[in-house]
Parts: sequence; C-alpha cells; structure tokens
Amino acid sequence: MADTTETSGVRMQSGTSFELVDRLRRSSEFFVIPLLALVVSGLLFSAFLLTLGKSPLEFFSLVWRGGFGTSFSWQNTLVRAAPLVFTALCVAIPARLGLVIIGGEGALVLGGFAAASIAIPMVGWAPAFLMLLAMFLAATIAGGVWIGLVGALRHYRGVNETIASLLMFYIAVSILNFFVEGALRDPSDPNKPSTKPIGSENMIGAIPGTDVHWGLLVGILLCIALFLVMNRTTFGFAAQIAGGNLRAAQAHGLPVGKLMVVACMIAGACAGIAGFFEVAAIHGKANASLIAGYGFTGILVSFLARHNPLVIVPVAIFLGGIAASGGLVQRRMDLPDATVLVLQGLLFIIILVSETFYGRFQIFRPKGEAA
Amino acid sequence: MSVAQDIAPGQRAISVETIGMTKVFGNLTALDDVSIKVAPGSFHALLGENGAGKSTLVKCMMGFYQPSGGALLVNESEVSVPNPRAAHAHGIGMVYQHFTLVPSLTAAENLVIARADTPTVIDWKKERKALGAFLETTPFKVPLEVPVSSLSAGEKQKLEILKQLYLDQRFLILDEPTSVLTPDEADEVLGLLRGMTEAGELTILMITHKFREVTAYADDVTVLRRGRLVGSGRVEDLSVEDMSRMMIGETEIRESATRTVQTQKKLKLELAGLFSDDDEELPAIEAISLKIHEGEIFGIAGVSGNGQSELIEVLSGQRTLNDGRIFVDKKPYEPERGQMDMFKVFGFSEEPLKNVAVPRMSVAENMAFRTFDKAPISPFRGWLSPPPMRKQARELIAAYRVKTPSTEEPIENLSGGNVQRAILARELSGEVDILIVANPCFGLDFASVAEIRAQIMDQRNKGAAVLLVSEDLDEILELADTVAVMSEGRITYQSPMAETDRATIGHAMAGHH
Ligand SMILES: Nc1ncnc2c1ncn2[C@@H]1O[C@H](COP(=O)(O)OP(=O)(O)O)[C@@H](O)[C@H]1O
Ligand SMILES: [Mg+2]
Repeated sequence: MADTTETSGVRMQSGTSFELVDRLRRSSEFFVIPLLALVVSGLLFSAFLLTLGKSPLEFFSLVWRGGFGTSFSWQNTLVRAAPLVFTALCVAIPARLGLVIIGGEGALVLGGFAAASIAIPMVGWAPAFLMLLAMFLAATIAGGVWIGLVGALRHYRGVNETIASLLMFYIAVSILNFFVEGALRDPSDPNKPSTKPIGSENMIGAIPGTDVHWGLLVGILLCIALFLVMNRTTFGFAAQIAGGNLRAAQAHGLPVGKLMVVACMIAGACAGIAGFFEVAAIHGKANASLIAGYGFTGILVSFLARHNPLVIVPVAIFLGGIAASGGLVQRRMDLPDATVLVLQGLLFIIILVSETFYGRFQIFRPKGEAA
Repeated sequence: MSVAQDIAPGQRAISVETIGMTKVFGNLTALDDVSIKVAPGSFHALLGENGAGKSTLVKCMMGFYQPSGGALLVNESEVSVPNPRAAHAHGIGMVYQHFTLVPSLTAAENLVIARADTPTVIDWKKERKALGAFLETTPFKVPLEVPVSSLSAGEKQKLEILKQLYLDQRFLILDEPTSVLTPDEADEVLGLLRGMTEAGELTILMITHKFREVTAYADDVTVLRRGRLVGSGRVEDLSVEDMSRMMIGETEIRESATRTVQTQKKLKLELAGLFSDDDEELPAIEAISLKIHEGEIFGIAGVSGNGQSELIEVLSGQRTLNDGRIFVDKKPYEPERGQMDMFKVFGFSEEPLKNVAVPRMSVAENMAFRTFDKAPISPFRGWLSPPPMRKQARELIAAYRVKTPSTEEPIENLSGGNVQRAILARELSGEVDILIVANPCFGLDFASVAEIRAQIMDQRNKGAAVLLVSEDLDEILELADTVAVMSEGRITYQSPMAETDRATIGHAMAGHH
C-alpha cells in the first residue's frame, strides 16, 4: 500500500489495446455465467423428469421441434417472443436504477384495455391507421402512467416498488374485469366477457410471408433504441449512477426522483405496447386472454439477459420457443402443460442464484489483480 | 476465572508471544513471518500504516483467523486458538475500534450477559454485589445503572475495557482505542491502563497510528509494514522520526503545502440556521450558522456522531433541510446539479465508495460524474460519447498518479488511496470555488494523506472557500484557518486558529464550553 506514489500502472502506458482486452475479459463473465446457469437448470430439470419416469432427451428434442424445428414452430415461437421483448424491457430499464419492477403484466393488461377502449368508439368511421395510432398512444400512456406511478410511490413515499407493482397488477386486472363484465361488455359475445371487437379490417397484419405480426420488429427496434438511451445518453448514464449508488447521485446533484419516474414511465410504456399488439394483432378485443403471463415471463427474460436490451431479443425468442413447445410436449409425453412452467421457474431460481457469482471468479479478472 | 488464579496475586499479567506468524489470503501475504514478544505487565504498541497487517496479526492471535503458519505462546507455552473463545480461555481479550455493547441495556447488564457462564435465571442481587466487589479492584469508574446509550464515548470505551477485565482477560488487545475519544478522554483511558500495567495487573498490545500515544504510554513498540516486521524496540530508545521511517519505508511523502497569506476576505459560503434530522427522525443538527470566506479553510472538529455527517449530507444534497438557508455569494443555494456547476461547488469525503462513487462503474465513468453532461463528453444535449470520457480519464489518471490497470477497471478494485485519488482528480481538476470535505484521509496510507492535505491547501491558496469536517484533530490543526467544534448538533465553539490551541479545542469537543 505504501507504493501508491509510483506512476500509474505500467499497463496503462501501453494504451487502449489493453483496455479492449480487459473489457472483453470482463464482459465474457456476463456470457459464461448465464450459460452455466442454463446448463445447471437443464440438468436439474432432467433429474425432475427422471423422477417422473420420463426421458429428458425426448423432452429436449420435443422442445427443439416444438419451438425451433419447423418454420411453423418458428413462427409460433416468434409470436410469443414479441410480447416478451416488451415486458422484459419493462423490467430491464428500471433495473438500471436498481428498481425491481415485477408488475409489467399489469401495464400490459391496462395498455391492451386502453387500446381497445379508445378503438371501439372509432370503429366504423376512423381509418385504420388513425385508429391504430390512437390505440398505440393510449396503450403507451396507460402503461407509462401505471408504472410511472410505481416509481413515484417509491421515490416520494418510500413504497417498495416490487410490492407496489405486483399489487397494482391485481388492480389492473380488476379494472379490466370491471369494464369488460360491465359497461364495455360486448353483449353479442356469449363466451368470454370481452369488449367489442375493433374489427378485423383495423387489425395489424403479419410481416409479409409469415404469420408473425409487426410487433416483433417494433420490439427489436425498441430494444436497439433503448440500448442507445441507456448507454449513449446522459439520461442513461445518470440512471446508472443513481442505480449504482444513490448517495453518489445525490452528491452530484442528479434529480434522482425524476430519473426514477421517467425510467418507470418508459418501462410501463413498453409493457403497454405489448398490450397494444396483443389487442391490435392477436385478439382484436380486450378480455381476460390478455392475462397470459407474458409480464411475468418477461421478468425471467430480463434477468437472463442481465437487463441488457440487446440481449433481450435472443432470450425472448429462446423462452418463446420453450413456451411454444408446451403443446407438443403435452401431447407426446403425456405431461401437463405446466411442465414447461416448472422449467421456467427452475431457470429463474438458478439465474437469481447465479447473480451472486459475478465477480467471484479469478478467471474473468485481468492478470495480477486481486479478487 | 481459572487461568489467572494460577499466577501469584499482584502479578496477574500474562505474556504473549507470536513466532513466525504468517497469514495468506489468496495470493496476498497479509502477514509474513512476524514474531513479537509482549512481556507480562508491559504496554506494547503495534504501529503500521493502513493495510500493514496489524488487524490480521491480532485476529490471528484472537482465533478469528487461522494463521497459515507460526505459533502463539502464552506464558511461554504454546497454545492453539481455534476460535475467539479459546483465546478468552487463555486470558486474551480484545477491545474493538467500534463499540460492541448493547445500547439499551445498562452497564451492569452488559457486563453480566457478557460472561460465558451466565445462568438462565440471573440473581441480580447477588450479581450486583459481586460486580461492586469487582469494581473495587479496578480504577475504571462507570455509572452502572443507566442504559449504555446515555454514556459518553469515553465511558463506553472504559466499559468495554471493564468488560474484558470482568471476564478476567489479562492480556488486552486494543484496536485503535482512542479513535472515537476526545483527547482528554484518550489520555484518561490510556493513563488508567498504563497504571494497571505498571501494577502488574495487565499486559497491553495496542494498535495505533498516533505517535503521541506511543511515546506517552507505551514501553515497547513493534512496527509492521506490508505484512512484515520492520522494526521493534524500547520506545525510549526511538525517536518519532525513527518510528515513522520504519512505518513508511522509502516512500516519498509530499511535504505539507505552505499556507499563503490571503488578502481578500470576500464572504463565499454562508450557512444560516440549518436544522435537519437524522435517519431516526431525531434532530441531528440545530441552528448551524457559519461564514466561510474565499481562501479560508473552515475546520469543524468534533467527536464522531455529533451531527457532522448530517451537516455534510445536507450540504451535498443527500439529506433534506428542515429549516435554514444556504447562501453562496449572498445568493440562495440549493445542492442540485445546475447550481453546483454555476457556483463551482465540489467535495469529497471518507469512504468514497460508499458516499460519492459507484463501486461497479469503471474508473473512467466515475471520473466523469461532474463532466458527463458537458462537452466534450456530451457533444450535444442528451448525447454521451465514451471516447472523450476515456481520454479525460487517461489524463486525470496520469496527472493524479492513480494506480489502476486501465480506465475500464471497476473503481471498487482499486486500493483505498487510489480510489480517493481518482475522486480527487474528478473534483479538483477544474476550477473550484467552494470545497466541502469530510474526513478525507480516513483509513488512508501516509503518502495519500500527505497528498490529499496538500491538495486541499492548494485549493485554499487558489482562493477556494473550504469547509473541512474532520474527526482527526491533527488534521484540523494542520489545515484550518478557522476552527469550530460541533457537539450534539450545534456549533459550540469557534475561533481563528491563531488564537486557540489543541487543549482548548479538546475541551470544547468534550462539551466543556
Ligand atoms: N479477510 C481478508 N481477506 C483478504 N484480504 C484481507 C483480509 N483481511 C485483510 N486483508 C488484507 O490484508 C492486508 C492487511 O490488512 P489489515 O491487517 O486489516 O491491515 P491494518 O489493520 O494494518 O490496516 C490488507 O491488504 C488487506 O486488504
Ligand atoms: Mg486495521
């Protein structure tokens, strides 16, 4: 410790090539650890299947076929991946500020409901693009305000954002139910209580040559945009400071409360967009089908992607594939549909545990540096 | 009470010796073949820089760590201490730098529950009598029947020592025991301990970095540097010069900066009646008013926990103000980014990783906290460009001699002194009009301490108004132009440095004013 007056490390002088190597070495950690977590989860899940007397090999090959084996299964996978991309962003953006938001499902539900509600009075007279624009804005705003509220509660009233967002999910569901079973119920629909349909002519079509709607493409673009926001803007940098050490952010006069609320609004808007696409591209109306668990799987996606917007896309596709294979697994292996949920749950726990391993392995440290 | 009874009354102190003590953590040898011998009834000082291995050595002796090599001898015979309880059984006790008493219990209760053989049902009448008899045998006087939370720091420290004596520990290890005490309290406690060693009641090994305490109270001294024993001997044979040479080695220490005469006396920063609460929503600072001029270092001394940290937090925007105003250049000031930039307000504090840095972000990023939203790092509003950020970092690293493998290193991996240098580079590289500093040298090595103090003096000489809050009275004495003392949330004493002295300030710190 007494040698601190020597000039800065020898390696410094040799300049940027070392910086690059160091950066690569460090970032490999963020790749290897989640991968190991995946492998461990796979092994544990295999053990689970073996106790049920089922073949893990058959399971994984069915997951492959059901999720990624054919062009049909790919399309199924991608359709499921689209909402996951948005709901994962709802977790990833606040995570930069150290906030754990798990109520993206609520913003999705409310976004979808807002989209449908604004569309219905427009049916018949408004051109499709105008209606879709209105729906998109309504969903974005509804979701943004919803999670923005969570951020405000956290900063101004000290309410835990994780609990608040979860409880607000239940409120969102109640709001949806209240209206679709009451004032906005479509009397002509004998099955599920639903809003009136927005009309098939107004719905968003598929990307030409596929059954996959445009939501996936929008999601990918949004991921890129938000990656840039978080890494190449002063807002993202300030958010990173506030997330890393609140006291440091305050000591530099950063508007911590505003950062939190804005990040939460962006997050909620993303989940709201997921709701928009579910209504405008899939269901054509708002009903309980919106509560499909995409918001919760999105949490898993974001954690697996270590809250990096660019990594969210492949991870969402991966988990979309697992979900898409659920039906095939059920039919072929005589396993309940929920089996893939067990796999998801297991993955989530292992991922959370693996979070504690970052920085523990010497191998990711540049040479000569104590752990 | 078994061990001590084997020894003749009046000579109950025990001797403790380490032979070739070694401790390796991963690829760091924190302690390398250290042998020290502490004779019975002696007062032995253990000196060394931060990180020299002092704590590691005593933790090996206490059984907190298992040494990688070496032996421990008590009264000349080898013993094994697999855990602290074993150390206690051999009569070795330790008083920590920070208090370990239960604040809500009384002193008497704290003593009784500390015993290893406390019965399930305590016969308090009998215990009190036994306690009374025990207290007769010691020179330490502490009120026994009030909750520990209402005792002063000096009384708490005495109680910690009393607890060890009550447990019949005859070899006491003290880890920087005076860091939380006022100078008067420190002298009292060390004086009493010295008396007990002279009476052959006790043997003491005291970790310290204050030469004053070594020369005034210790018989022998051992100096560690980077895990090695680099010197030892009788205190009377060594000068402070010798000891500090041993501690520091060949490292160049920057000379303390000279204080230039400041002619302009323009009022820069004024605090007017500041009130704020602590985390428990109890009043922490009350009616703090003071004026700091350009080219002045205003030092606030005081025992830790008298509202200094809350004051700093209020000034740096980490705590809300209940009442009062802050003025810069006679204009109202709020600690938010725009005004910090406009008035050129900067600052740094102890434990930067906790207070003013983001441990996981890189050195380059941490160095950009003041500049990331200004050109060239932000070429246009809202945008952030990493290359100029790294360029800035490379320049600052060179200028402030920060030792880091690269600009991309997470700042938490740097040593304490280098973290503080990196923060200093960030805060002091531009033009500074107001500097708010709290315990800037806490826990750092000598070279860094000298460097940081010189930098603070430089800023003052360049005309900055400096508020320096420090628990280290020597630091205030060295740097301040004006000194004030904070006690129980208020400024209780203020004087130009030229018109006061160590003893007067010390008395004010103890609440005599
Ligand atoms: N538990 C530990 N694990 C790893 N390194 C440690 C541990 N404890 C201390 N060290 C290292 O050992 C060295 C000596 O530390 P310490 O004995 O605490 O020094 P001192 O008490 O003299 O300031 C330092 O470099 C410190 O970082
Ligand atoms: Mg120590």
